[in-house]
Amino acid sequence: MKALLLALLLLLPAPMLAADPVAIADVPLEDPAAEARAKALMLELRCLTCQNQAIIDSNAPQAQTMRVEVRERISAGEDPEEIRAWFVERYGDWVSFVPPARTDTALLWAAPFLFLVLGGLLLMRRIKR
Amino acid sequence: MIPELGHFALWLAAAAALLQSIAPTVGLWRNQDALFGLAVPAALAQGVFTLLSFAALTWAFVVSDFSVALVATNSHTMKPDMYLFTGVWANHEGSLLLWVLVMALAGAGVALAPATLGPRFRARVLSVQGLVALGFFAFLLFSSNPFDRLSPAPTEGQGLNPLLQDLGLAVHPPLLYIGYVGLSVTFAFAVAGMLENVVGPAWAKATRPWVVGAWAMLTLGISLGSYWAYYELGWGGWWFWDPVENAALMPWLAATALIHSIAVVMKRDALRAWTLLLAVSAFSLSMLGTFIVRSGLLTSVHAFAVDPERGLFLMILMALYIGGALTIYAFAAGRVAEGRQFAAVSRESALVANNLLLTVILGVVLVGTMYPMALQAAGGAQISVGPPYFNMTIVPIVIIMAFLMGIAPLLGWRRSATAHLAARLLPAAIGATLAVVVAVAFLGVRGIGALLGFGAAVWLAAASMSILVKKGVTLNSAGMALAHLGVAVTILGATVSGALQREALVAMRVGDAIQMGPWRAELMDVRPVAGPNWTAVEARLDVRRNGESVAVLRPQSRMFVAPAQETTEAGRAGWWTGELYSVLGQPDGTGQWQVHLWFKPMVRLIWLGSLLMAFGGMLALGGRVRAPKPKREAQMSGSPIPQAA
Amino acid sequence: MKKLFWLLPLLFFAGLLALMGGNLGKPTEAVIVSHMIGKPVPAFAFEGTAGAEGLSRADLSAGGPPVLVNVFASWCLPCAVEAKQLQALADKGATLHGIAVRDTADNVARFLGKHGNPFSRIGLDTQGRMMLALGASGVPETYVIDGKGIIRFQHLGEIRAEHVPILLAQLEKAK
Repeated sequence: MKALLLALLLLLPAPMLAADPVAIADVPLEDPAAEARAKALMLELRCLTCQNQAIIDSNAPQAQTMRVEVRERISAGEDPEEIRAWFVERYGDWVSFVPPARTDTALLWAAPFLFLVLGGLLLMRRIKR
Repeated sequence: MIPELGHFALWLAAAAALLQSIAPTVGLWRNQDALFGLAVPAALAQGVFTLLSFAALTWAFVVSDFSVALVATNSHTMKPDMYLFTGVWANHEGSLLLWVLVMALAGAGVALAPATLGPRFRARVLSVQGLVALGFFAFLLFSSNPFDRLSPAPTEGQGLNPLLQDLGLAVHPPLLYIGYVGLSVTFAFAVAGMLENVVGPAWAKATRPWVVGAWAMLTLGISLGSYWAYYELGWGGWWFWDPVENAALMPWLAATALIHSIAVVMKRDALRAWTLLLAVSAFSLSMLGTFIVRSGLLTSVHAFAVDPERGLFLMILMALYIGGALTIYAFAAGRVAEGRQFAAVSRESALVANNLLLTVILGVVLVGTMYPMALQAAGGAQISVGPPYFNMTIVPIVIIMAFLMGIAPLLGWRRSATAHLAARLLPAAIGATLAVVVAVAFLGVRGIGALLGFGAAVWLAAASMSILVKKGVTLNSAGMALAHLGVAVTILGATVSGALQREALVAMRVGDAIQMGPWRAELMDVRPVAGPNWTAVEARLDVRRNGESVAVLRPQSRMFVAPAQETTEAGRAGWWTGELYSVLGQPDGTGQWQVHLWFKPMVRLIWLGSLLMAFGGMLALGGRVRAPKPKREAQMSGSPIPQAA
Repeated sequence: MKKLFWLLPLLFFAGLLALMGGNLGKPTEAVIVSHMIGKPVPAFAFEGTAGAEGLSRADLSAGGPPVLVNVFASWCLPCAVEAKQLQALADKGATLHGIAVRDTADNVARFLGKHGNPFSRIGLDTQGRMMLALGASGVPETYVIDGKGIIRFQHLGEIRAEHVPILLAQLEKAK
C-alpha cells in the first residue's frame, strides 16, 4: 500500500498540482540583535488570512511577505514601533496583537487594576483590624 | 441495526434523565419518599443507557459503517485503527455524546457514593444533575443526532482532519470533558446545597472530592492540549491565549479558586456565599467554553466546524441553567453569607488572597477574550487582543502568587504565629536569590520577567519541598505541596525555555551543516516516505554535540490523502534538559531546503509540572493518613490537625 | 440594598449573554478593509509581464481618468472566476491595470492566455509587497485610483456581475 502511494505521488505530472505562490525563503538577518527585534515584532503582528495566528508561525503567503517587510525595515534601521505603526496605518489596529491604548480600550487595559482594587476592597472587609 | 439500538438507548437515557429530574423534585416538595427514592435508580439507568448508546456509536466508527452519516463525514477506512476509535469524539455530535456520557457516569457515581449528607440531599443533587443532562440530551436528540443514517450509504468516508489524527489530540477531549463535566457535579452540589440550605463544612467535605477530581482531569486535559499544540503546530509555541484555549482555562481558574475556598468552608465554615458562587461559575464557564468553541462566535485557529444554530441551542441551555442557578443564588446567598472576619496573618486570609488573585486572572482572561467582540458590537474599531496583552497583565500576578504560595501553606488557621516563618523560608529565600544570581552571572539572562520567573520558581519549589520532607506529613499536605511544586516546575520550564532558547534558520543543501551553540546538525538526506494515509518529504538531520552523535531528527512536510491536507511534523529529540526541535520548510527550487532548528531547554518541565499538579491534587484527597508524630510539632508547622468532621 | 448585591452575578451573566446573543450568526472572519482609502498610492515600480508594460506610481498619478487596479495571481482561483467581469468592465470603457503578486512571468502569461487579458499595464510583484503597501488582505482585490494617484475605493474579493455597475459608478465618482 505504501509503495503504491509513493508510486502514485511520483507519477503525478507537475501541471496537475495546483500552482503555488512564488516561494519566499525566510532569511534571518545577519545581526542577531536585529533578528531578535524582528522576531519580537513578528510575534505581535497578526496574519491577515489566518484564523488567529501571528506572522511568525504562519505558512500563509501573505504572512511570508509580511515577514520579509519586517526584516527589511528592521535592517534599514526602523524602530519596531514605527513598523507596527506602518502596518496599522494600512490595516487598522486589528493587525497588531497589542491592543492600542486609547479611550475606547481604556476599560481593557484598566481591567486588571480595577479587578485588583475591587477585589482588594472586598478582601479588606474580611480582615480583622 | 446497532446504530438504531444506540439511538433508542439515547432516548431511554433521556427518559431516565427526565425521571431523575422530576421525580425527586416532586418527591421532595410533597415529601414522598418513594418518589425521591427514584433518583438513584434513574441515575444508574441514565448511566447504563448512555454507555450503551456510546458503545453503539463506537461500533459504527470502528467497523466503518458509512451508512451512519457521522461516520461517513468524519472517518475513512485508511485511517489507522486507533483513530477509528478516537474519531468517535473528534466531531461535534460524537463529542456531545461523550459529554453526556461523562455526565451520566458522574451522576451514576454520585448515586453509588455514600450519601454523607443524607438521601434527601443526594436526591436533590441528582435531580439537578438530571435536569442539566436533560438539556444536553435534547440538544443531541433534536439537533445533533449522531445516529442519522445516510441512504444510499457511500462506500468510503470523507476522512478525518489530519491534525486530529494524533494520539495527544485524540486523548485530549475525554480528559477535558471529564474535567468540564465533572464540574457539573459541583454545580449540582451547590444548587442542591442552596435549595436544601445545608451549605457548611459537611457539604464542603462532600463536594471536595468532585471538585479536585474534575480539576485534576481538567489540568491534564489542558496540559495535553498545550503539549499537542507545541509539537504539532510547528514552531514550538505552547500557549497562545487563543479563545479556545482561554475557554478551557477559565473553568480551570474557577475550579482552582474553588479548591482553595472550599477548604475555608471546611475548616472555618466561612466564605460560604463566595464558594457557592465559584461552584456555580466553574460549570457555567465550562458551558461557556463549549459554547464558544462550537458557536463560531470567536475566531480561533482551533475552531471546530461551527454552526450558529448549535450556538443558539447552547445559549438557551446556558440561559436556563446558569440563569436559574444564579437566580437561586440571588435569594439564597444572603441567607448563607456569614461575613466572618479573619486575622490578617492566617491561612484563611492567605486563601482569600489566593482566590482574589485567581479571580483577577479569570476576569482578565474573560475581558481580553470578549473585548474585541464587544467593542465592535458597540460600533467601535476592530482590534486584536493577543498574547502581549495577556502576558503583560497575567504573568506579574502569577509571580506574586508564586511568592505567596511559598508562605501560605506554612500559616496556621485562625491566627498564625509568624516567628517560625523566617526560619522555615530561609532556604527558599537563599535558593531564589542564588537562582537569580546564577541566571544573571552565568546564563546571561537580562530580562526582568525571566529573572523574576527564575526567582519565583526556585522560591516556590524550595518552600514546597520543605513541606514534603517534614516528618509525619499527611497525604493532604503532601498532595498540596506536590501540586504547588508542580506549579513551580511549570514556571521554571516556561522561564528557561523562553529565555535560554537557541534558534537557527538556514537554507541547507544535503551535506550542509548548521552550528547552533554546542550542536552541529548535518542534513544527511531528504527523501519521500509514506504512512498509512499520508506521504511526506522527510529530512534526516544528524545532530552532534561535541563530536558525538546525540540525535537524528526527522522533520517532515506531510500530505494526507483523505482529506488532502498538508501538515508539518516537527522532528524532535528530547532529554530532561530540553528538546531539539526541527521543522522542514519549503525547498527554494535550487536544491536548498529551509531548515528551522531550535534547542528549547527545560521545555518538558512545563507539562511535567502540570502532571505533578494533577497528581498532587489527587493525592490530597487521601486526607489525614500520615505517619505517627507528636501533636505539638504538627501545631507549629501549621499543617492541619485531625479534627472530627 | 444588600439583596441587590447578590443579584450582581445574575445581572453580569445577563449582560454577557446579551452580548454573545447579539453577535451570534455574524460572520467570524474579520473583513479587513484597507485603511489606505483616501490616501495616495505609495511609491512603487514593477516591471511589465505577459507582453504588457510595467506599472508604477507615475502611471497612476499622471492625471487623466480614474483607473481600476486589480491585484491578482495565477495561483488564485477566484481571480480566474472574476476574469469575465474584468473583461466586461474593460468593454464598458474602464481602464484596468493589473498587479500580479507572488507570481512568475510564465504563470501570469499562461493565466492570462487562458482567462483573457483585460489589462492595459501589468506589474509583476514577485514578493507581493504591493499588497501590504495598499492595505490588501488577500487576492483578488480591485482598487479605484483617481488621476492624482489617490486610492478612492476598494473592492474585496472577486468581482461578480452585480459588482460591475458599482465599480463603474465609483469610477465616475472619482473623476
